[in-house]
Amino acid sequence: MRRIFAGVIMLILMSLVTYVLFFSGGLHPERAACGKNCSPAQWEQTKKALGYDKPAVVQWGEFLKGTVAGRTYPEDKALAKANPSLVSTCPAPCLGYSVVNTTNVSTEVKTAFPVSFSLAILAFIMWIVGGVFFGVIAALRRGTVVDRGIVGVSLIFYAFPTFWIGLFFLKFFAIQWQIFPVPSYVNLTDSPLAWLGNLVLPSLTLALIYMAGYVRMTRAFVLESFGEDYLRTARAKGLPNRRVLVKHSLRASLTPIVTMAGLDFGALVGGAIITESVFNYDGLGALAVDSVRTLDLPTIVGLVVVLAAFIILANIVVDILYAVIDPRVRLG
Amino acid sequence: MTLQTSQLESLEPTPVESDESSTKAVAGLSPSRLALRRFRRDRLSMVAFVVVASYVVLALLAPILVKIGFIDPFKFHQNLLDANLGGIPKGKFGGVSGSHLLGVEPGTGRDVLARMWYGVTFSLTIALAATLVSSVLGVVLGIIAGFRGGLIDATIGRVIDLTLSFPQTLMLLALSTVFVLAIQNALNVNVNLANGIYEVLVLGLFGWPTVARLIRGQVLSIREREFIDAAVLLGASQRRIYFKEILPNLWAPILVSFTLTMPAYVSTEAALSFLNVGIKPPTPTLGNILDGSINYAQSDFLFFFFPALLIAIIVVSFNLLGDGIRDALDPKSDR
Repeated sequence: MRRIFAGVIMLILMSLVTYVLFFSGGLHPERAACGKNCSPAQWEQTKKALGYDKPAVVQWGEFLKGTVAGRTYPEDKALAKANPSLVSTCPAPCLGYSVVNTTNVSTEVKTAFPVSFSLAILAFIMWIVGGVFFGVIAALRRGTVVDRGIVGVSLIFYAFPTFWIGLFFLKFFAIQWQIFPVPSYVNLTDSPLAWLGNLVLPSLTLALIYMAGYVRMTRAFVLESFGEDYLRTARAKGLPNRRVLVKHSLRASLTPIVTMAGLDFGALVGGAIITESVFNYDGLGALAVDSVRTLDLPTIVGLVVVLAAFIILANIVVDILYAVIDPRVRLG
Repeated sequence: MTLQTSQLESLEPTPVESDESSTKAVAGLSPSRLALRRFRRDRLSMVAFVVVASYVVLALLAPILVKIGFIDPFKFHQNLLDANLGGIPKGKFGGVSGSHLLGVEPGTGRDVLARMWYGVTFSLTIALAATLVSSVLGVVLGIIAGFRGGLIDATIGRVIDLTLSFPQTLMLLALSTVFVLAIQNALNVNVNLANGIYEVLVLGLFGWPTVARLIRGQVLSIREREFIDAAVLLGASQRRIYFKEILPNLWAPILVSFTLTMPAYVSTEAALSFLNVGIKPPTPTLGNILDGSINYAQSDFLFFFFPALLIAIIVVSFNLLGDGIRDALDPKSDR
């Protein structure tokens, strides 16, 4: 409970920092709403209607209020009564109104989220399974060609830039040789098979990047556990090798892996900016790129807050999982 | 990035002059001598060291060579391009020839080798500067947090948490809209220099918390040692304790984190170029060369491949060097 409270405080602070950074002037987010032939008077009016004329801190206050109570654009009760069609409402939790895309930011996030989530979850499964599997193999075959090969290959995938690997997959596996479909997002509910088939390349790209760290970590921890007394005991009492490996050795390396996996996943759910841009997936990452390109400040701020919420949530979940996995840890 | 944090976290919090002398080495060797010896024996690390050293030297030479005209990364060679094929270089392998060892750039005909060579200079400079910013900030704040404890520690700790909670890639991307222009106006520099400065500052500002956490952990154990008590009793100033007493004990983790952060920033520079942030052509960086090669992936594969390969070599060699240094400094670690 204390943690969740601290997390909320953190989010509020972060939104303040973001507001001050982006809304302190210099940029003119209202320009897009005003249309092509924007007279100075109209400009001022638009600015006022959207609330951009106020200082950043005041706007931040309105943003906070909106996340709890919802808000209307423009904030004008008389106008809302007289002519409801001129007022745009944004129900709670309101993250702001995107002038560029003429929708509420929360709607944008809701539309894009399933794409990013699908990508993240599939990549996550791939890299965890792959990382732990190859890490264990490398540890068991320590010092051999197999070990060096696994560590070497994972390092190579780590070393090439993400977007390069993604583009390589896209241009050759999908376009040139047509082994995989050219990825485009299909809803899981529409066709589970197409959903999966289209996601293979993008999630593989992500998984390969992340896997290197997991291979190394699993390998290191399994090797370390080989030197422990409890492992010798387990062997001495005649447990089969597989049981020793899974129940005793891997169990010990679970905590660091879960920590790292939880935090990585939390960050990834918020959209893989590069992978999504490479494969043209309209997830949160692509939304972020678009909003930066079009100077869509409300969307940027909304995204920062949402993604930060994922990261903070992942931190909390990892802390709780700690206690579940490792009985020695107590939740403070 | 993930790989890097895991490596940082696995650093043993042993101060430099721990019981290393108890290893079977001949008496009279200093700990750093011992470390150097261990490092020299590790063949992989030596190879990595030689590779890193050689492109650092090449990167230092590049500006001079460009000035005297030995390499020319800016000159167009339209005559080497096949206009019928949309500006793809004539001949095999992307126009490889005696005067253009790695071929020429499609569309412009600039020499690929020269651009990559000069690009290493810019990429490494950005990575180095950003690593310096994050290391200096991280070390200073880490020492202060670890040594002072109490409210100061708590405050720095919260700021670290806050910084780490920001979605990094998004911030690196989004902040460019505000800050590149601001830097340009404030310092009165051209766009590309402003782009470079922006990249360095932002990478540094988001990179210091990891270093600070690492350093703070080490300082917590160092501050309990007798020589710190002695320094305090002798009336040493805070600054003296930070920089003359504590800092010399930290050079091992600093060095390791430095060599592991550099390659991460080289990759980040490339990634940011892909997202249209950072230094733009004609000034070459590995990132913008690679970004420019994307559209030619199928028609001129080598041009698509070489810059990526070079980035990969830099990242791998730096990482191996960092691992080697860590292993050499910490006798307990074992690959």
